[in-house]
Amino acid sequence: MSPWILGFSVFFGYPLVMSAYLSFTHYDLLSSPRWIGLANYRYLFTTDQTIWPAVKNTLWFIAIAVPLQVLFALGIAIMLSRARRGIGLFRTIFYLPALAPPVAATLGFVYLLNPATGPVNTILGKVGIQGPLWFDSPQWSKPSLTLLALWGVGNTMIIFLAAVLDVPSHLYESAQLDGAGAISRLRWVTLPTISPVILFAVVIGVIEGLQYFTQAYVAANVAGGSASYSAEAANALGYPEDSTLFYPVLLYQQGFRYFNMGYASAMAMLLLAVSFAVTFVIVRNSRRFVHYQAPGR
Amino acid sequence: MARVLGMLSLLLALTLAASGCGGSKKSDKADSGEVGPANISIWTPFVDPELKTFKAVVADFEKAHPGIHVKVVGGTNDDKIVAAIRGGNAPDVAQSFSSDNTGAFCPSGAWIDLGPYMEKDGVDDSIFPEAPRDYSKFEGTRCALPMLADTYGLYYNKTLLAKAGYKNPPKTISQLTAMAKKLTQRDSSGKLKVVGFNPFPSWYENVPAHFAPSWGATWMDGDKSALNTPAWADQLRWQKSLIDWYGYDNLVRFDAGAGDEFSESNAFETGKVAMHMDGEWRVAFIKREAPKLSYGTAPFPVADDKQDLYGAGYVTGSIIGIPKTSKHKDQAWLLARYLGANANALAKLSNGIQNVPTTTASLKSPLLKPLPGFQTFLDVFGNANTTTTPITRIGAANQETFQSFVSKYLSGSKKDLEGGLAGVDKQIDAQLKQAQAGQAP
Repeated sequence: MSPWILGFSVFFGYPLVMSAYLSFTHYDLLSSPRWIGLANYRYLFTTDQTIWPAVKNTLWFIAIAVPLQVLFALGIAIMLSRARRGIGLFRTIFYLPALAPPVAATLGFVYLLNPATGPVNTILGKVGIQGPLWFDSPQWSKPSLTLLALWGVGNTMIIFLAAVLDVPSHLYESAQLDGAGAISRLRWVTLPTISPVILFAVVIGVIEGLQYFTQAYVAANVAGGSASYSAEAANALGYPEDSTLFYPVLLYQQGFRYFNMGYASAMAMLLLAVSFAVTFVIVRNSRRFVHYQAPGR
Repeated sequence: MARVLGMLSLLLALTLAASGCGGSKKSDKADSGEVGPANISIWTPFVDPELKTFKAVVADFEKAHPGIHVKVVGGTNDDKIVAAIRGGNAPDVAQSFSSDNTGAFCPSGAWIDLGPYMEKDGVDDSIFPEAPRDYSKFEGTRCALPMLADTYGLYYNKTLLAKAGYKNPPKTISQLTAMAKKLTQRDSSGKLKVVGFNPFPSWYENVPAHFAPSWGATWMDGDKSALNTPAWADQLRWQKSLIDWYGYDNLVRFDAGAGDEFSESNAFETGKVAMHMDGEWRVAFIKREAPKLSYGTAPFPVADDKQDLYGAGYVTGSIIGIPKTSKHKDQAWLLARYLGANANALAKLSNGIQNVPTTTASLKSPLLKPLPGFQTFLDVFGNANTTTTPITRIGAANQETFQSFVSKYLSGSKKDLEGGLAGVDKQIDAQLKQAQAGQAP
């Protein structure tokens, strides 16, 4: 048996098959799973009132944060590709945040954006603006998470930078001879050439958006601050007012806090199906926008 | 990601279990009756300095049972216990801070039924007062013993109260409200400097369960959720009106700037909050972190139309049990019995940790030396109207579903209180039903 088959079955195949099986059971993690047929799916689609807010939060993130991330990373990459001096330094500076572990980065942002004592609101206060409540406001919590996501686009930025630098210079030269300005060159040369990379960034961004968990979990717990000593009923997930209760956070809550792993598995199967569907739709429709260079040119 | 986290906690638990579980040593002297020598382990959520007291009491147990050696692992939690039971590496005895999870540990058999052991040793569960007796069993199965309880009451800053002309703490909610307003101080820009009483929903210990006894509010009617009651509505309307008086955003900013609950910058300990709902453990924290603070304790004020409830409060506590994977169940039982039912052990734990001891005998133990201010909580514990939250199959899901609505009502984003409460009831009933799907009736 080749090693990859072993790794694939242990880390991917087995969990997937088990999740699919568990989604048809009631499983409290402690006693053996009890077969309940489609009951979890029925509850998921017809009864559970927390699903829709969680789906809405996740959709918000995919519709707003993911495109912003792609634009931001692309913008930085294009600017960096034009830098005449210090390109190595700037590249490092913009890439560095991607190295921060998500938990540490989130803690840092919660501190920076603390509505009372955080440096951001303190500076805003000095110029006469009362800063928003950031992670403590249901209107601002997702935008705060978006800022955090934008800060950490280093990985995408590096891929874009490589792609932009890889655009054949003869294309720019001929465009310039035809009288194309900077904007036209971006529109008609750069973007079409790097479009496969943009597609890649969008697909990966959407899948990561569907699985968005760590930052939301940490931000809610730290900003919500309900670390009860007696540990009972200390629920800060989704704080404030369920505005950061993303679909995977709800899945975690059901599986690990409510001892409802069968239901959490059903949620996971739905997430898998949606990820497949979304990726399929994006890739399918991308044929209209994405240009692949013929090999050997 | 959730799965990754689960795997990580499982790995962590396995590592801990590997270091925490010893095999039995045949060479040890056997003396504890018919029970042989063994190396056993216990997991507790306590961390230092509480863990020191806990270890001292376990050392007393070892002295009394020379063949049994106990390895104490502190700082654990229920996730780790669950993962370790699943991995077959759980400790012989486990302590959980969350009695809500009795509803998971008992019916699943993850913690074994202690009934036969209790019968054999002649330990009757009438040694526990009613509330801890109830929250450590589920549907008739006693899979846990209560071990130390937490009760809640009012802490007040005597210096701040005296400055505002008050000698006594409030006894009713209208007194609390009036005093809270008078004790509140703002700076010239309107920013809150001192908050008389902070009613914000996620502030420190402010959860609905802790307020409930003051209004006589209850959770269930039989096996159905029953939160759409005048008692809950009154409680929430009061909380909202006081939040509105402060201004919701002002309180958010105040909370964000106040110190961590379990640190020396705790807002009550630093005098930023004049009156405060908190658990009995705060007495020990204040002694350690703010010894100069002049404060008093009292039962939490009660609704004006429910004054006969004065003296009652909320109680919850730790539970202790034997995971089914224990290889030394007899020795584990001796340890669990010592920590859960021995009056001297409980008194010593209580003195060191300042938690409420959980047997009737230990409450009257001459060894018990409560710090000043602690007696209030012993009295609350003994009050006939003191209540706890019911144990359900869905753990704390019912409380959290309720809290989710409460936070939206208190912020003003949900307006219809009664309609909202009815919706919460419906949601919880559906969760309860879902948890029983496919079960033989």
